[in-house]
Amino acid sequence: MRALPPILKNWFDTRGWSIHPHQQDMLDRSDAPSLLLIAPTGGGKTLAGFLPTLADLAEGPHEGLHTLYISPLKALASDIRRNLERPIAEMALPIRVEDRTGDTSATRKRRQRADPPHILLTTPESLALLTSYEDAPRMFAGLKRVIIDEIHALEESKRGDQLMLAVSRLQTLCPEMRRVGLSATVDDPAAIARMLAKHPDPCEVVLADPGPDPDIRMLETTEAPPWSGGGGRYAIPAVLEQVKQHKTTLIFHNTRAQAEIFFHHLWLANEDSLPIGIHHGSLSREQRERVEQAMVDGQLRAIVCTGSLDLGIDWGDVDLVIQVGAPKNVKRLVQRIGRANHRYNAPSKALLVPANRFEVVECHAALEAVKDHDLDGETRQRGPKDVLCQHILIRACAGAFDAMDLLHEIRTVGPYADLTRAEFDDCLDFVATGGYALRAYDKWQRLMQRADGMWQLRDPRATRQIRMNIGTIMDPDTLKVRFTGRGGAPLGEIEEGFAAQLTPGDTFLIGGQIVRYEALREMTVEVTRRADKEPKIATFNGTKFATSTQLSQRILRMFQQDNWPTLPTHTAQWLHLQREVSRLPEPGRLLIESFPRDARHYTCVYGFAGRNAQQTLGLLMTKRMDELNLAPLGFVATDYATLIWGLEPLRDPAPLFDLHALRDGLDSWLAGNAVMKRTFKSSAIIAGLIDRNHAGQRKSGRQATFSSDILYDTLHRYDPDHLMLRITGEEAERGLVDFSRIEEMITRVHGTIDHITLDRVTPLSAPLFLEHGRTPVEGAGQDRLLADAAQELMAEVGLDAL
Amino acid sequence: MTAFRFTFAQTELKALPSGALYWPEQRLLCVSDLHLGKSERIARRGGTMLPPYETTDTLTRLEAAIDATDPAHVVCLGDSFDDLAAGAALSARERDWLIRLQAGRTWIWIEGNHDPAPLELGGSHMAEFIVGPLTFRHIAENGATGEISGHYHPKAALTLRGRHISRPCFLRSENRLIMPAFGTYTGGLKCSDPVLKELMDATSIALLTGRQITPLPYARLR
Repeated sequence: MRALPPILKNWFDTRGWSIHPHQQDMLDRSDAPSLLLIAPTGGGKTLAGFLPTLADLAEGPHEGLHTLYISPLKALASDIRRNLERPIAEMALPIRVEDRTGDTSATRKRRQRADPPHILLTTPESLALLTSYEDAPRMFAGLKRVIIDEIHALEESKRGDQLMLAVSRLQTLCPEMRRVGLSATVDDPAAIARMLAKHPDPCEVVLADPGPDPDIRMLETTEAPPWSGGGGRYAIPAVLEQVKQHKTTLIFHNTRAQAEIFFHHLWLANEDSLPIGIHHGSLSREQRERVEQAMVDGQLRAIVCTGSLDLGIDWGDVDLVIQVGAPKNVKRLVQRIGRANHRYNAPSKALLVPANRFEVVECHAALEAVKDHDLDGETRQRGPKDVLCQHILIRACAGAFDAMDLLHEIRTVGPYADLTRAEFDDCLDFVATGGYALRAYDKWQRLMQRADGMWQLRDPRATRQIRMNIGTIMDPDTLKVRFTGRGGAPLGEIEEGFAAQLTPGDTFLIGGQIVRYEALREMTVEVTRRADKEPKIATFNGTKFATSTQLSQRILRMFQQDNWPTLPTHTAQWLHLQREVSRLPEPGRLLIESFPRDARHYTCVYGFAGRNAQQTLGLLMTKRMDELNLAPLGFVATDYATLIWGLEPLRDPAPLFDLHALRDGLDSWLAGNAVMKRTFKSSAIIAGLIDRNHAGQRKSGRQATFSSDILYDTLHRYDPDHLMLRITGEEAERGLVDFSRIEEMITRVHGTIDHITLDRVTPLSAPLFLEHGRTPVEGAGQDRLLADAAQELMAEVGLDAL
Repeated sequence: MTAFRFTFAQTELKALPSGALYWPEQRLLCVSDLHLGKSERIARRGGTMLPPYETTDTLTRLEAAIDATDPAHVVCLGDSFDDLAAGAALSARERDWLIRLQAGRTWIWIEGNHDPAPLELGGSHMAEFIVGPLTFRHIAENGATGEISGHYHPKAALTLRGRHISRPCFLRSENRLIMPAFGTYTGGLKCSDPVLKELMDATSIALLTGRQITPLPYARLR
């Protein structure tokens, strides 16, 4: 057992603290090349990560950078710095701690490269940037440990892939460097261990005591939830009652728009004027910091928030977490619940508020999953190639490289372990020459191979542009919102697409206020405080999570019970009625209902494949139905079903579920689809084909740069095999299109389709009639809309005789 | 592709859905802002390597417009090349293609801010071109009448039933007509931009390109 150095031991003792077993464990195994700690929120995870560093540095002086700490959130890096500085000051240890994020000043950043601190706290993007400098070997010389905090939050994202590629670079520069990962409770620690370790080396795992089970229940409301929709407005009186009974409550929502609406109505009902704030990623930094500070100071009784509060910032005394809307994913639910009661060995308390009747079922399924410790995980995909292309560019910025050395280094990163030589060469060729069938850039290629075989940038000035584009996070094109007048206070951001729909005089909600759109000035939306109209709801392109496979399966199993004593009566009755008039969906079978209503023929497919896959299924099925002359008119999709309507009844669904036909349909449909174009845009930015749009670069009075859709269409027409299109296909299939879950569903049901024809709407399908987001099936629909509008508008202004 | 007939400066003209303009009486076809060689210029100046197919695509569409109208005269309204070096760097195939399109008709390159000097690519080079009541020049001038110009790449944006639609467009006021950009790699300037507001007035019309030309009142667009 490695003992704490006396100075640290004393510091613990004077506070009456004792070291947790897992913290001791981390100290004992601090020599392991890779070490992963899985501990619940509030388990002193971060301290466990830093103890060996503090012990090392307390025992003797160290020249240069000793420990690099990486967190997914900027705020977390500065939070940790403050938390470290106190004990270091109190023990008078000779340790310099600094953070480095996008907010750090340029002077400070330069100084950090010349004279690095002992402990540097940073983000994956800032680290990638650091490795792109030619002086990286000098800056990282002597680095002993890299600590990756909240590594579970990076596991399934491109940020994680980019981070581990950067770490592979560090490992080459510092062969002795040890890797430490800190993770919240996850379903598959081995998967995170594989991500952390240098492939194929093993990774040691320390499992902390998971602590007591959380106290998690459904929120009791007098009013039953509505049949459809999200937001949970009906529950506001009960939520306020809970806020009153607790010290501090976090109220999580799945989307920013829902958080805004809920917050607005919460305040309308807040007769006691309880101090309640709002926090989400589209609010201005000033706004967010104000709320964060008020929270830390204990001035707020509740915060309405989204995932922007998900990660482990120390929020003080939160004693209740309320999740509004089904959590969609059990793992995320558990991590959110962990936000409450940030004390080791005390159960955290949480309440679930289903937003609609189906979510009552989903919330119950999630509750059971939490009780059973059945966390869901995604199957880890192979490392994405757009991130790899960016990595090659970053490597080139740091100086000339040997392609084979780089390939070997990349293969030490788990998700890229099976990267083939051909795949790597494809990416290198794309980065170097554009990779076009028409070899047009011989003269202007980006990288060139020297006589000695090494690759380098053709023009060293390209480093600036490459560095500007580093990162894998895609911000949608947004416009800032501020009050009119000089120096009007910033409120946050809205998406350009939403701003385009506003006309002066329209009102919308932001940061809980209703504001009136006045003008658009130099890429800023100017607003006033006049709320004389029903506000529009700003749309935010935040990710809409699909219900996980595990949770969907659990719901299907729940349906098989004879009765549902734990469900509220209204919901149990609904399911009984469905069983009476039709049947309930079963695992391993696919239920399809067909019925007429209002001179239309409806078909409801209960695929339970998650929102994205059900949406794709709707597009593919309507396409097939069109070919079969069933005249489909439109469809709507939720996490569990797709409802299609048309002019002809569906008699035999089997031909619609031929996997090959669907796959063919997918390929041709995808080509011209908006989802593909959106996916192309982000992959093309990550891979370095197009530049990021940096705020402030777009000026008025000049033509905007042409849309990436044009590049997509051009490539598709003239170079359909190009690497970027292949990457786009791979990305779309596992992202927005989620075809993998359709494949999985079809394999799962094995052709066992229960097609039931009825004479009217069924209880289970009824809520789908109330869903928003209907997709019309159309060909020349847009032109028809335009033509109608043209006639109307021209007549209105008397120009129709033209 | 059905053309949209309209009168401008007592002249019968046709706006083609592709963004080209045809003057039947003179058998004159006009296109603006081709920006040939744009991807080459971007790469040369240290930018990224965009798919190098926009010249092929633009010429394909230009050829289609020529085939459809069989003009006696073709007027390229400036910024035909993304810069002079990009024009000089066209591949042999692209040069031959341009020469082929010029066979049997007069071809006029109006100079633009991107291509201020002549290139050895056939046709004649002019600062502006006046025929009857019409003046063809790259950038609109104050107080001009019967003027047909390009340069601004106007595009119209509007929201119809919650759907955002944005299309390149012609802008027509009593005294001037501003052409949409014909080149494949061209962005657009919103027709509500102050620069274009200066040039248009309340009675102006926008002709949106697409499957067909859609006329809309300029004052209603953003």
